[in-house]
Amino acid sequence: MVKVGIPRALLYYNYFPKWKTFFESLGAEVVVSDETTKHILNEGVKTAVDETCLPVKLFYGHVLNLKGRVDFLFMPRMVSVARNEYTCPKFLGLPDMIRQTVSELPPFIEPCVNMRKHSRQYMREIYRIGTLFSSNPCKIYKAYVAACQEQKKYQNLMIEGFTPYESLNILSGKMVREKKQPGELNIALIGHGYNIYDRYVSMNMIDKLQKMNICVLTPEMVPRHFIEKQAEKLPKDMFWTYGKQIIGSTYSFMENPRIDGIIQMTAFGCGPDSLVAELMEREAVRRKTVPFMLLTIDEHTGEAGLVTRIEAFLDMVRRKEVV
Amino acid sequence: MVVTFPHMGTLNIPVKTFLEGIGQEVVLPPPSSKRTIELGVKHSPEFACLPLKINVGNYIEAWEKGADTVVMAGGVGPCRFGYYAQVQREILQDLGCDMEMIVMEPPDCDWKDLKHQYRRLTQRRISTGQLVKTLHLVWKKLNAVDEIEKLSLKYHPYEINRGDTKKAFDQILKWIEEAKHPKEVKEVLTAGKKKINKIERDLQRQPLRIGLVGEIYMLLEPFASLNIQWSLGDLGAEVSKSIYLSDWVKEHLVFNALHLNRSGSLKNLAKPYLNHFVGGHGLETIGHTVKYANGGYDGVIQLMPFTCMPEIVAESILPQVSKEKDIPVLSLVLDEQSGEAGVATRLEAFLDLIARRKAQQEGELVWMSI
Repeated sequence: MVKVGIPRALLYYNYFPKWKTFFESLGAEVVVSDETTKHILNEGVKTAVDETCLPVKLFYGHVLNLKGRVDFLFMPRMVSVARNEYTCPKFLGLPDMIRQTVSELPPFIEPCVNMRKHSRQYMREIYRIGTLFSSNPCKIYKAYVAACQEQKKYQNLMIEGFTPYESLNILSGKMVREKKQPGELNIALIGHGYNIYDRYVSMNMIDKLQKMNICVLTPEMVPRHFIEKQAEKLPKDMFWTYGKQIIGSTYSFMENPRIDGIIQMTAFGCGPDSLVAELMEREAVRRKTVPFMLLTIDEHTGEAGLVTRIEAFLDMVRRKEVV
Repeated sequence: MVVTFPHMGTLNIPVKTFLEGIGQEVVLPPPSSKRTIELGVKHSPEFACLPLKINVGNYIEAWEKGADTVVMAGGVGPCRFGYYAQVQREILQDLGCDMEMIVMEPPDCDWKDLKHQYRRLTQRRISTGQLVKTLHLVWKKLNAVDEIEKLSLKYHPYEINRGDTKKAFDQILKWIEEAKHPKEVKEVLTAGKKKINKIERDLQRQPLRIGLVGEIYMLLEPFASLNIQWSLGDLGAEVSKSIYLSDWVKEHLVFNALHLNRSGSLKNLAKPYLNHFVGGHGLETIGHTVKYANGGYDGVIQLMPFTCMPEIVAESILPQVSKEKDIPVLSLVLDEQSGEAGVATRLEAFLDLIARRKAQQEGELVWMSI
């Protein structure tokens, strides 16, 4: 069976069920890189250029982790996933960056996902990568439909309040779907999926908060139309899809009286976040309703420092409730 | 309404001409200085790129001089520049600098909005004839400034008395700035060329040829790049820059607006290494590096502000270009912390290396003394 490797980094947490289903329906075996470890991160840091951000360095590490274990490496060029919007410039050049930096890699499956103007080209790309596994257009179409359905289920689970880990486990039958218990506090954890959901990078933030009996909400749990509605308030259309998701979900959390605090997690040197976080911070200060904290993480972040800041923040939130 | 706009190299000459031509009162921010950076860094987001910070410093200093409106360009991404104006407006608002912002979005996305912004800018009606006349003058000045700069950079490494060319260049810029008619610009340009030609030169020298590539602001604004284009000349290198303002205007304001694509050849040059546009000038950086390598240059220097996303993509790919095309490449990442001495040391070392390499290639191993 042909083995397709998918790195457990960057947009893995956003789209994994879709591509897994797609490749498996076409008869391929999907291999995911191991969960992030210190070793994987270090390998990435060694290979990538210094100036790049933590998530991209981590992506290098996961690619190296898959090297030699797979026949194909799945590395889409994510240009745009919504009309008139872009992802991050680094995603636009990612396959080239990897190809020019890491040698002896298996061939890439490299669809160019560009829906900025229309989605016709995207469908052509899906068909093109489908032909690597099957010459039957019907089969490719069916695989894609199944993939979209799986993705929809995944996204719906997240909107119900399950984290990506829980959602993936529910989808694969490892976990039973139970109604979420309300926690003592509702804290919104904001950030790119690859920062907040990666257990190593985020120092297991979600689990830590959940253990403290806190209900954690993330941008993926906010329905798209809420985000669009909030984003309309911006002076100019935000042209980064994930930046828009972050700012839109934060604004809707700010308006939600049940949210007790907002923690934003951003990677050192993240381009879009540098401006998005600035807008959010200023908005939080002006509204003066919800406590807001910005955490910047990089490959040197120490766990103790992070925990101290979280505890201090939660203490402050609790105190505010009392007063 | 007193209008101002941020500095970017010689941008102030054509833009000031344009704004005055359509009947606006213009106040220029004082030339960017240490204070500008300090003000900008203090009030801007920590991880924003350097141009945003210098812009903010420029606005504050212009506000102190009495400006109440900022004219700024926009963009549609994915580079951060497209969202500069919105963030800067928030910063100014929170600071209590009560400045209005007129953001000119590129014409290839929205003509109506551009027209609306133009109307805001011109309170009293300007006749079409007047507008065309102004644009003609602006166009002439734009090209004149770049022509003089190219010539000066070419002659700079040959000058006998260090600093002559730079001095002449600054003086000619003043002449161009003061010119009132296209005809006058032409005369001044001829006089300027003569002036540069008259500078004492040692034509026996064989300067190293260096291509400067990278992010547009760093290439155009000598203050941000620590005057790198001139200090390279002082070290005995002939510098070619990959981006000039007039090229940018031609490409973005003229050809893109008419939906003509002209950067095809650069795209093709970059294709084996980077097969997609990445925003900003990332693709152009790769394309120009290949072009300089093909053109027999001795080395390429990439300039980028810290955390610049498109240039990081280019920076990751450049080592491979350097290897395959056999051309030395130095990536210089600059921010508000960069010191002149540190950069100068790196430039000297880089030039030493390529001078030695060149000598070896030509078969004469000599002790270099630059």
